[in-house]
Amino acid sequence: MTDLPHSPEQPVAAAKPSRWRNFWRSDIVWSYRRSPVTIVASIVATLLILMAVFAPWIAPYNPFNPATLNLMDGFTPPGGASYSGNNYLLGTDNQGRDVFSTIMYGSRVSLFVGVLATLFAMVVGVGLGLVAGYVGGVFDAIIMRVADVQLSFPAILIALLIFGVARGLIPPNQQEGAAVWVLILAIGLANWAQFARTVRGATMVERQKDYVAAARILGVNPLLILLRHVLPNVVGPVLVIGTIGLALAIIEEATLSYLGVGVPPTQPSLGTLIRIGQQFLFSGEWWILLFPAITLVLLALSVNLLGDWLRDALNPKLR
Amino acid sequence: MHSSLTRIAAALIASTMLAGVANAETIRWARSSDALTLDPHSQNQGVTHTFAHHIYETLLDRAVSGELQPRLATEWHIKEGDPTVWVFKLREGVKFHDGADFTAEDVVFSLNRARSEGSNMKQLHAEVAEVRAIDDHTVEVQMIGPSPLYPNNITNTFMMDKTWSEAHDLQEVQDFGAGETNYAVLNTNGTGPYTLESREVDVRSVLKLNEGWWGETPAVTEIHFLPISDNATRIAALLSGDVDIVQDVPVQDIERLQNSAGFKVETGPENRIIYFGYKFGEAPLKSSNITDSNPINNPLVREAMELALDRDAIQRVVMRGQSVPAGIANPPFVNGWTAELDAYPKPDIEKAKALLAEAGYPDGFTITLDTPNNRYVNDEAISTAYVGMLGQIGIKVTLASRPVAEHSPIILANESDFYLLGWGVPTFDSAYIFNDLVHTKNATHGTYNVGLYSNPEIDDKIIALGTETDLEKRNASIAEIWKVVKADRVLLPVHNQVLAYAMRDDLTLPVHPENQPYMTMVKFAE
Repeated sequence: MTDLPHSPEQPVAAAKPSRWRNFWRSDIVWSYRRSPVTIVASIVATLLILMAVFAPWIAPYNPFNPATLNLMDGFTPPGGASYSGNNYLLGTDNQGRDVFSTIMYGSRVSLFVGVLATLFAMVVGVGLGLVAGYVGGVFDAIIMRVADVQLSFPAILIALLIFGVARGLIPPNQQEGAAVWVLILAIGLANWAQFARTVRGATMVERQKDYVAAARILGVNPLLILLRHVLPNVVGPVLVIGTIGLALAIIEEATLSYLGVGVPPTQPSLGTLIRIGQQFLFSGEWWILLFPAITLVLLALSVNLLGDWLRDALNPKLR
Repeated sequence: MHSSLTRIAAALIASTMLAGVANAETIRWARSSDALTLDPHSQNQGVTHTFAHHIYETLLDRAVSGELQPRLATEWHIKEGDPTVWVFKLREGVKFHDGADFTAEDVVFSLNRARSEGSNMKQLHAEVAEVRAIDDHTVEVQMIGPSPLYPNNITNTFMMDKTWSEAHDLQEVQDFGAGETNYAVLNTNGTGPYTLESREVDVRSVLKLNEGWWGETPAVTEIHFLPISDNATRIAALLSGDVDIVQDVPVQDIERLQNSAGFKVETGPENRIIYFGYKFGEAPLKSSNITDSNPINNPLVREAMELALDRDAIQRVVMRGQSVPAGIANPPFVNGWTAELDAYPKPDIEKAKALLAEAGYPDGFTITLDTPNNRYVNDEAISTAYVGMLGQIGIKVTLASRPVAEHSPIILANESDFYLLGWGVPTFDSAYIFNDLVHTKNATHGTYNVGLYSNPEIDDKIIALGTETDLEKRNASIAEIWKVVKADRVLLPVHNQVLAYAMRDDLTLPVHPENQPYMTMVKFAE
């Protein structure tokens, strides 16, 4: 250490850069640091996600526990005096639920459905896209035509259709328990096609490359080639679509719940809260609608902005 | 470009034509849903009947006060010497829209059609044995026994023209449930004050004044009936001047509309009770964690459930004062109602918990509550509130909220353990409630006794009501039945609905207790 020659201005770390330093100087972080919009979006998204994840520990009330509700507190304005004397920062809704707490718990439902639906769409889409791109031929044609047909309909229509069919198959007395899972299935199946298309294109490119040919000549199992060699090389765009897809899935969940076909009203998501709130638009109880709506906009917008930034950052042509 | 020019030209021509008609008063009337069909005997449903009352007419109907009044029949009485026959004298000089005379033959045809196998109105005519035309303007209805209250049953049974119906193969009633259709679904020929000009299902129906109508010429000469399902959109349409009358006004908007210049709201009690029902019998519930018995079959549990229900809080917050909390499932209009029966207990959470523990459920139990979300005023919000109240005594309720089109089949198939329903009483007599909600469910009775309550002693009394001619004895029997129904908590009533119609403030339209306003009653301020 002490006998390092003549370079006092160059610290040790530069000669042997730490991981952290590498990361800090990497392209992706550099582009992040240069984009104030992205920084704000990521802070907002992180705050909202933390709020949702830790809702049971930090929310002032538990709106999902009916035993703690007081109906007589209904329609208390933000910061106003309530019947029971409890304090409600953002007021209460028509059932006496604290709006701030319902937003926290509602975001939780929205994010849970959004994340799982996106993961589900990703698994289905990436799987089919990989196989279609690699195998080609009839299988490819069938998968891609199905994807084309599906892409020509709005995703929400497909989700409504799947939701309706699934509800029809489940006996009435189990429908409520299954509602969240049916919702995830419906939104997931409505969104797989984007993933499949992108991955299929990328796979067709990768398939031509020497390393794949080499693996094939070596006699590696095709499944192994796909998962070990091709998949890591197509995962970049998947992350981008996944992030933007998450924002879309959150909005789709909100739309379905807004239409009244989503989660049960006793466990409201952001969309359900907006549906309830819009009934009171004319009667002056604006807070029941406004705060959940702002939260939904912030959540979807920040996740979408992050997705946009990720797309640009991962695309060398745009730099 | 071309088509939009044609459209503008057409609109200009149409507007000049309208200007040409003297004293034409058009009312644009919005509701939350459309009539299900125009076949007058196919659906026993409020919205359908209300719309049909403008085109077709009944022998009798109900005034705003709730009393029976003459319509196509001018007189009605029990035949002298035979208590099993009702005699109806028909109005003379009445013509159908196509010009045919209205005669006794048409009444015989219509009543027989209404009590035929495929009719949705047949339960109201179950005690009819035969309908006879005596002369052109006299009809006798032969009952199977003395039926002193039969005229109460016919206020929604519409009269069709026999010749017109036979010409269009309308002897059979449309089977709505099976998706059938017939000529009468979109075409009409009644005796009523308006004729059907055009109809786009779920969008717009236009009615024009029938110049030859027998009644006093109404002020409204044209009606545009507009179903708008979304509450906020419907109110916005009124505020922006796109409609003149809104029949289904959400409770939260009443106050705002009353305070808005240029609009007013008429309110009045409706003949409709909102209640919770639940499954009786020993068999375990489908949606409960108690799998070896039915907790609700225990009277202590039912008492606990009633003590958890805070009717006043629901009235004050969920209904914003627009309801009348109730202790029996019987609206105050209806024969058999007494203030004493209608009293309800104060909520008592501690006592309810103690009762549950005594019944053997100290930790409560789970159950699913089925609720409609577009049928009654704030139906879903009422159910959500009750879920919270039951949670406070340890009963964990999952709320299954569905549109009424999905809710009804589940209820009628006895599939629900716990449900919300509303019940209107068009006959204004308790027997209508007992027949459908209390009597053991079988082919002819208990259609909506979907909780399968069964008490043979009560069943006998209910059947006896149908033929009891001594009104005092009959009323005593009704009181006895109500006592048992209340003590057994067969139904858990919440409140009676209050109706609100909103309109331009230069109009008047009184609230009808059965929510069947006639546009003929609309008056314009000078």
